[in-house]
Amino acid sequence: MEKKTSKRVFAIGLTLLILALAAAVPVYAPVYTVILITSILMYMIIAVSWTIFSGPTGYISLASAAFFGAGIYTAAILGSAVPLPLVILLGALVSSCLALLVGGLTLRLKGIYFVMFTFGLVELLLHFILWWEVTMCGTTGRVVPPAGNATVFYAMLTILVVLILTVFLIRRSRYGMALQSVGENEEAAAHAGVHVTALKVVIYSVSALFMGAAGAAMATRWTYIDPRIAFNPLISFVPVLMAIFGGIRPIYGPIIGAAIFTYLEEFLITRFPYYYMLIFGIIMVVAILYMPDGLVGLTRRVWKRMSRSRHAHT
Amino acid sequence: MGSCMIVTILDIVISGLLLGGIYAVTAVGLSLQYGVARVLNIAHGEFIMLGAFITFTLYTRLGIDPLISFAICGPVVFAVGFVLYRTLFTRLRNTSPTAGAFEGNSMLACFGLLFIIQNLAILIWGADIKGYSYLAFSVDFWGARFAVNRLVTLGFAVAICLVFYFFLANTRLGKAIRAAAQDPETAGLMGVRINQVLALCFGFGALMAGLGGALISISYKIQPTMGLEYTMIALIVIVLGGLGSIPGSFVGGLVLGLVGSIVTHVEPGLSLVAYYVIFMLLLLIRPTGILGK
Repeated sequence: MEKKTSKRVFAIGLTLLILALAAAVPVYAPVYTVILITSILMYMIIAVSWTIFSGPTGYISLASAAFFGAGIYTAAILGSAVPLPLVILLGALVSSCLALLVGGLTLRLKGIYFVMFTFGLVELLLHFILWWEVTMCGTTGRVVPPAGNATVFYAMLTILVVLILTVFLIRRSRYGMALQSVGENEEAAAHAGVHVTALKVVIYSVSALFMGAAGAAMATRWTYIDPRIAFNPLISFVPVLMAIFGGIRPIYGPIIGAAIFTYLEEFLITRFPYYYMLIFGIIMVVAILYMPDGLVGLTRRVWKRMSRSRHAHT
Repeated sequence: MGSCMIVTILDIVISGLLLGGIYAVTAVGLSLQYGVARVLNIAHGEFIMLGAFITFTLYTRLGIDPLISFAICGPVVFAVGFVLYRTLFTRLRNTSPTAGAFEGNSMLACFGLLFIIQNLAILIWGADIKGYSYLAFSVDFWGARFAVNRLVTLGFAVAICLVFYFFLANTRLGKAIRAAAQDPETAGLMGVRINQVLALCFGFGALMAGLGGALISISYKIQPTMGLEYTMIALIVIVLGGLGSIPGSFVGGLVLGLVGSIVTHVEPGLSLVAYYVIFMLLLLIRPTGILGK
């Protein structure tokens, strides 16, 4: 018991230290690093919020790009009419309303049908908004008023901190337990008195809330957006791979996965622009083949084996 | 006025059937891969793209007739698909704890494949839009003019589907595939070499994609990033026809092609939107498809 408490104190201390270091980044680091860390934070937010819902339930949602894009378009339409925090808040709200609607309609679909529906949603929104912009507005893109690199950085960091706190609150509450039981056996959970559908829909919209917020914040850094940028299907797939690469169970799994993958992506794009997708694809396939529990699971297995062999020697 | 309208309708129907024929061929392939081999192949469109570019290269570099190059590009993509299943997906199937986990993992692995194949294609052929002209003259039908290459494409699409259907219905291997589709475990107990049959299925799926791509290259422009759109359309078609049903995919393809052609006539920008609306409504109201049980 005592060991557990000291471990917890250590974890909290480490988290605070990392946060303090991160918060100081725009002060001492060059602009390039600030921008890179901003996109790492963005992917962390999407990967962690994807895991909130899809981790415990096992429903693979590929609608992340739709929720992210909803946030982006909210920011683009609001423009400079309202201050940035309100833009982010509204982006989050629009996105979670979309998730409520989609979740209410589709969360009775099982397995692969749900995957298809959520992916179809991204393409539907992309092509509909593309058509709308061309026919109604005569242009495809929109200009978003820029907010400055440091501002966007702090916005992302704040969203991530709120998200992590939310994840802890959900996991500690009975809703987290209920969600876990839904993932293990929906019918048993329903018999035990869990409102399965309502729970799934609410948690789904909570996860979309943060994706929308990240989208709204990111739009102010990208400054020019069009439907193909906002509803890029990669935003649906890559965070899933990041979460799996890092490990879905512990909260730091997707965070580590997002950090490594985003850095890797940046590194490959700048060093090997012509082979970037090839190398990235190979890493994806290898990760799925050989690391079913992610990096965290792999490290644990290696650790276990090492400590076992140490015991064997003594 | 009356005859003009008939010509317009005929025009819409023919171009709808042409699109539909291509959709049907590619969807039959995806249906085989998902319905039997249980791999939701997000990289299906990349095999279509490969077929299209192989046909393009054979025609423009070596002057081989696209209809003859079916015999070359078909086996090539078949081999790629077969080997992928024997190595990558067989391993995933053995290591995944449940069937659901296999579906999820194999879909994500396919996403990695999509990246790999697309990048290789860009390295080999460049990222530009390409095309060639083949049988580019037209004939008259009741006053309406039709490009011969499109009619040939439609004819071949229907023929490919029919041949494949008879193969499944009448041969021993076809029977083994249908048995594996219904219940892989029991089929294995009855003496079907299940790993072999599933790999063949995945290979045949890739083959159909490759042939579909070859047909596409005859009538439409091609580029290395064209795959995802065709994957999505094939996905819509197999849901429309009922997952795993070959005749369903065929009918679904033709129906979707006709819908696309009608919508394009009314409002060109909305044809993809119409596909997705149909897709999502269908998933909500009748996920077993129009011909499903």
